[in-house]
Amino acid sequence: MSIKSAQYKSDTNLVSKKTENTHIELIYEGGEKWQVPLSENNRHYAEIQRQVSAGTLTIEDAD
Amino acid sequence: MALSTIGTNQIASEAVTVPKVADQVLSSKNLIINGDMQCWQRATAATAANNSYATVDRWAFGESTDGAYTSEQSTDTPTGTGFSVKAQVTTADTSIAAAQFAYIYQEIEAQNLQPLQYGTSSAKTLTLSFWVKSNKTGTYTINLVKRDSTAYLIPVEYTISSANTWEKKTITITPTAGSTSLITASAGAIANDNGHGIQLGFGLAWGSDYHGTSNTWSASSHYGTSNQVNWMDSTSNNFYLSQVQLEVGDTATPFEHRSFGDELARCQRYLYRRDFNIYDVVCQGAALGNKGSYCLHLPVSMRAKPSCSQGSGIYCWYNQAGSITTQTGLAVSYMGNNDTNMTQAFIRADDNSTAASATNYPLGLTSYNSSGSNSTFIQLDAEL
Repeated sequence: MSIKSAQYKSDTNLVSKKTENTHIELIYEGGEKWQVPLSENNRHYAEIQRQVSAGTLTIEDAD
Repeated sequence: MALSTIGTNQIASEAVTVPKVADQVLSSKNLIINGDMQCWQRATAATAANNSYATVDRWAFGESTDGAYTSEQSTDTPTGTGFSVKAQVTTADTSIAAAQFAYIYQEIEAQNLQPLQYGTSSAKTLTLSFWVKSNKTGTYTINLVKRDSTAYLIPVEYTISSANTWEKKTITITPTAGSTSLITASAGAIANDNGHGIQLGFGLAWGSDYHGTSNTWSASSHYGTSNQVNWMDSTSNNFYLSQVQLEVGDTATPFEHRSFGDELARCQRYLYRRDFNIYDVVCQGAALGNKGSYCLHLPVSMRAKPSCSQGSGIYCWYNQAGSITTQTGLAVSYMGNNDTNMTQAFIRADDNSTAASATNYPLGLTSYNSSGSNSTFIQLDAEL
């Protein structure tokens, strides 16, 4: 499956009160959408990182 | 002596010895989950192979050819099984390029493989058994990929002899296959964690980049051999698979039938799909900041922090009048990266001022459509 886009999503940390990236919205070609945690044990996140390292994907900043 | 007269007293104490049975685990012996294709949380209808999970639980469908194939549930099975998985070529590729492939595979979690003692001189032999059926006869391959430390691979050939006929195959894989010592050396070890342990694959087509020697471990990408048929060469080609069992020892024992509930629970460690219909409330809500927040109970501990996807028509029910407002971008939140084995997920939605206002309190997630019916889902994925 080819990745169409990846964008960070942010939330306010309830302890620090700071806004921080919490996960990545991953959209595949064809429209399948996943909210991906920033966890190396997660297969979607690992694939995103692999493609970023290969220079074939850029994660967009959060809105 | 008639068999009916043989009791334990008639069996000499030395006739059945511990060494004879020590390597044959008598319970939970099958290292494969959903080997008899009982559980189908994602889909049962024909779905295109996409180098990921598509239909039957725990099985993934790799494909990088110029053709295409689908996987689907089938009731054409060997005796004693309800389902098989059927792969069907939908676009043919008569010439597989060097880097192309098609195969069906399952990733086994590393901490479930510690009894193999890989990485030591005591590494165990494995035996694979399975039932297979295809219109296309010839030589096929299975592969094991041991990923931790140094990745080692082994392809093993087998033959489908009779077209359109269920055949049982048995393959024994020793840790020193091909007179190698890769698996018995320290780099053959499998880490005792929740990551990749071993991949078991069933080859359908392998380009020359992946060709190795049958029944020989190597550190190269030898997933198959040059003798593997090109199953992708015709849209008439199908491939059925069921009762897959991988066990410690040099003997294939009868397939271990587990209850549906047991097998589903094993699958849900890697994928939990909660289907629900209109007005069903699947989890309770809370007001936190400007986002709807929910606690979703998980039936079993998940392997890792999961990704989340959702179907259409998921709403927040937010007051006693039954008012609803849409909820998008559901994501598992506020759990540490190493937070595994959790049995509940805290889910946050995208910003929605209606759901989060002081007078509107999120009561729960529900399904709705103005047409009067709606079937939707929340899906959590912690697959390897």
